[in-house]
Amino acid sequence: MSAGRVLLWIILPYLALATFVVGHWWRYRSDRFGWGARSTQILERKILGWASPAFHFGILAAAGGHVIGLVIPASLTEALGISENGYHWFAAIAGALAGLVTVVGFLGLMYRRSTNARVRRTTTPADMITYFLLTFLVLQGTWIAFAENLLGSSPYHYRDSVGVWWRSLFALQPDVDAVTGAPFLYQLHAVCAWAFWAFFPFSRLVHLWSLPVPYIGRPHILYRRRFAAPRRRRTALAARRRTP
Amino acid sequence: MTIRAQVGMVMNLDKCIGCHTCSVTCKQVWTDRPGAEYMWFNDVETKPGVGYPKRWEDQEQWRGGWELDRKGRLRLKAGGKLRKLLSIFANPDLPTLDDYYEPWTYDFEQLVDAPRQRHDPVARARSRITGEQLDEISWGPNWEDNLAGSPERIHHDPLTVGIEDQVKAQYEQAFMMYLPRICEHCLNPSCVASCPSGAMYKREEDGIVLVDQQKCRSWRFCVSGCPYKKVYFNHRSGKAEKCTLCYPRIEQGQPTICSETCVGRIRYLGLVLYDVDRVEAAASVPDEHDLLEAQRSVFLDPSDPLVRAQALADGVPEDWIDAAIRSPVYLLAMKYRVALPLHPEYRTLPMVWYVPPLSPIASTLETDGYEADPDEVFSAVDDPDAMRVPVDYLANLLAAGDGEVIRGVLRRLAAMRHHMRKREVLGEHDDSRPRAVGMTSQEVEDLYRLLAIAKYEDRYVIPPAHTELAGQLMEQKGTCGLDFEDGPGNCGAIERDVSGPPGYESAVDAEAFMLPGEDRVDLDIVQMLGDRRREDAEGR
Repeated sequence: MSAGRVLLWIILPYLALATFVVGHWWRYRSDRFGWGARSTQILERKILGWASPAFHFGILAAAGGHVIGLVIPASLTEALGISENGYHWFAAIAGALAGLVTVVGFLGLMYRRSTNARVRRTTTPADMITYFLLTFLVLQGTWIAFAENLLGSSPYHYRDSVGVWWRSLFALQPDVDAVTGAPFLYQLHAVCAWAFWAFFPFSRLVHLWSLPVPYIGRPHILYRRRFAAPRRRRTALAARRRTP
Repeated sequence: MTIRAQVGMVMNLDKCIGCHTCSVTCKQVWTDRPGAEYMWFNDVETKPGVGYPKRWEDQEQWRGGWELDRKGRLRLKAGGKLRKLLSIFANPDLPTLDDYYEPWTYDFEQLVDAPRQRHDPVARARSRITGEQLDEISWGPNWEDNLAGSPERIHHDPLTVGIEDQVKAQYEQAFMMYLPRICEHCLNPSCVASCPSGAMYKREEDGIVLVDQQKCRSWRFCVSGCPYKKVYFNHRSGKAEKCTLCYPRIEQGQPTICSETCVGRIRYLGLVLYDVDRVEAAASVPDEHDLLEAQRSVFLDPSDPLVRAQALADGVPEDWIDAAIRSPVYLLAMKYRVALPLHPEYRTLPMVWYVPPLSPIASTLETDGYEADPDEVFSAVDDPDAMRVPVDYLANLLAAGDGEVIRGVLRRLAAMRHHMRKREVLGEHDDSRPRAVGMTSQEVEDLYRLLAIAKYEDRYVIPPAHTELAGQLMEQKGTCGLDFEDGPGNCGAIERDVSGPPGYESAVDAEAFMLPGEDRVDLDIVQMLGDRRREDAEGR
């Protein structure tokens, strides 16, 4: 196995994953205040009104598609009675649609950020890198979805190759041969994606993990105490918990 | 019944001179920072006028506050929780900076650094958002101060809807009043209910509504959820910010900065005891005109021994109950019933109340001018509708459109003036005016003292926070502050014998350090304890 292959298909993924995990831990510990979406809607809302939902819903759908394509092996869908052909057309149409919506939204947001002076001034270096990586990823992904999967005469079976390699990483048995046969575009997309995940914890993208789902089951009004009254002196129960 | 205390405020609009001192001092203390330039936790609006942000009172546009659904249940006007999550990528009801104004500064350096030239150098305006030069400034805070807006704009004020014929822009017929506004610190805050992150909360001890910026994730629904538009979005940090009722001062027993510096002495601060279990029911009464009485029914009489007993049981400190008895807010809202909540129809049960302003009887002044009988100029006792400020306008502001409430208050205020003028100027004592409004002369005179000449201690009855409650921890000084459950350890000290004889146990009560609802220790308190221990060790 050549050094390049080890670097690209083993070292890079694990390095990115490690950075992803440690980066999040570090960011949450050191920069709780900066953890958020940093919305700019107050500065400009017309373009954002359509571009932001398009981008977000599109990219969430695309992420879901990646989970289906990479995590679920072809054998499982076949066992469920979904034919390869049926899966392919579902993935091709849904993927192309999600890609299209994402691109439209992304272009809107890029246009807004570059032309609106108010929004432009809030852009940080981290945002620039995020946009740069996203541009590559989204364009590659959408191109693959359209040119290969939807319109291509013989779409590449990434589930039997890229998917196998991706799963093998988490089994700690990297199957490099599964990915090196993939077309260049797929390989490029995978490498860019690892760079993206490595940078993820240092960008504003961390707001993904703050998606406020608990809000649904929460009471409307929240109360907090500042100067805790001696509510619960350490009781016998607490003492028992401490005594071995 | 669960009794809690709330720090409330009353502003006597009769005495507001619109000087903006409150706004300026508040700005200096709280919002003189990058990203907060456009925020005014306290602002003073001239009414009629569009306000700040523009048309904030029009909830058909901004969809803040609460409403009743078809089954009569209380719900957020902007929609339920699921709907919020689905619109989280673009809040449909969020104001933009232009609805407030684009803050600016001037190129003052130019005045100093300009080379020798024929003409005086000019300091041009520069946006504090984009940093670019502004050719024209077309909107700002208090752009329409003192009716400075154009006559056509007067009817952009949402309160004039339905009473356009009563609100005139002609000089001879115009009226105006000032409305200083801060956060209402509502009993039923819709901003708290709107926050998807759970970053906003109401304090149990004093009812102050705050934002936990460590938990704020920039979803910005609090901004649109507040019908008063008193939660702001910091465009630099991406966090919500709002009036804190100057809680660091309140905790020390001091009035807020806006109150402290109020030139007209229009502000009153005091405690109100209320039953937190009845809040939702009060906010849900079907008829908007009943909301005022419903909110009053949530307030409890601190002089009632039963209320006192229950309050003590619920953890309200005894001196706070005593302070609640002296509270000017309780007196003005409940005893004299001259203070009213701002826009009760938003169903948030706001806790900053207003005494509506008296205004001259327009026809008397017009016909008699300076010769007018002083008794007649403010004599709203007989006919509040003849006053310059239309009763319906005040009703839209302070009584959900119920003019009778306003008339009742104005009659009481006019009777007070009348009675005091008779007593002080004419030397007569006449009980008829107070009786006509259902008060005794003693009550009227007490009200007069409170409104006209009350001293600092009478206007601001704020018991200091019981920081020592947290500090029951002080008895544990000398122990290790880190020795709580799952904590980092006991600093190497010898393990205490918690199974020893009763009374000996002095292990750290970790639960008293914990932030409620969170699995986290209040580091402020840990720090405070550490400082105290160090001081003790140094032999103080």
